[in-house]
Amino acid sequence: MIRAFVLPLVSGAIFGAGLTIGGMTDPARVRGFLDLFGAWDPTLAFVMGGAVAVMAFAWAIQRRMQRPAFAEGFSLPDRSDITARLVGGSALFGIGWGIAGLCPGPGFAALAIAPVPAAIFVAAMLVGMGIARLWEARGA
Amino acid sequence: MTLPGFPDAAPVAGLIGGGLIGLAAALMLLGAGRIAGVSGIAARAFGLAESSLPRGQAFAFLLGLPLGAAIVMHLTGAAVPAFAGPVTLIVAGLIVGVGTRLGSGCTSGHGVCGMSRLSQRSLVAVATFMATGFATVAAMNAFGLAVLP
Repeated sequence: MIRAFVLPLVSGAIFGAGLTIGGMTDPARVRGFLDLFGAWDPTLAFVMGGAVAVMAFAWAIQRRMQRPAFAEGFSLPDRSDITARLVGGSALFGIGWGIAGLCPGPGFAALAIAPVPAAIFVAAMLVGMGIARLWEARGA
Repeated sequence: MTLPGFPDAAPVAGLIGGGLIGLAAALMLLGAGRIAGVSGIAARAFGLAESSLPRGQAFAFLLGLPLGAAIVMHLTGAAVPAFAGPVTLIVAGLIVGVGTRLGSGCTSGHGVCGMSRLSQRSLVAVATFMATGFATVAAMNAFGLAVLP
């Protein structure tokens, strides 16, 4: 029972450490990366490049595995359709990311760095997720 | 080490941080058989999305994020960075929340996990949120809207 929580906790902690070392929990750093037409800071390209390189290796291993090491099977997204919802939602996300220089992972990680601003951002984000859920329930 | 032409960039710290993020996502993939997508895990933890991921495990992952950040801040003694004011954070948070749910992911799920398996949906999502992110910062700078002290 306890073991089931250890893996996500350790993964989350390594993730949070990586976000902090890479500069993703520093809104000025993030907005500097998004300031492509101004004083551009390419640091986040190295963060994304490093993460994608390691994960590409992990996917190569995953293709040779029957099942994950500590679970019954793989639960992975398998959709390939490009929808207006995907594009519109991603467009909105980019706007919010640009405004405050925070995305979901760094928002949670920053709870340990600047608790009040991070909590305000995370609470608003969860409200936004709730709004999206209501919106979808109405449309369905 | 610095990048020629970019005195403020931290490429080595970026690569190390990115490598750790990739390692964490690899651990979720190869250990638990799941995508380490923070927006999806957050929605699941707070009952805002259905998923086969048990809520307790979703919470454990979210709890790990500030834990890892706290360890790094403690070990490096880095200064606390500046954050936007409350109104800006609320507006940004609401938009990020709605956008990541409609778009089925954020920088971690689409960016790290999806791009590395060449998912068409993730490549489109990343291209889209990068484009609107660039446009948002450019527009705010053009109108003199400084959100950080």
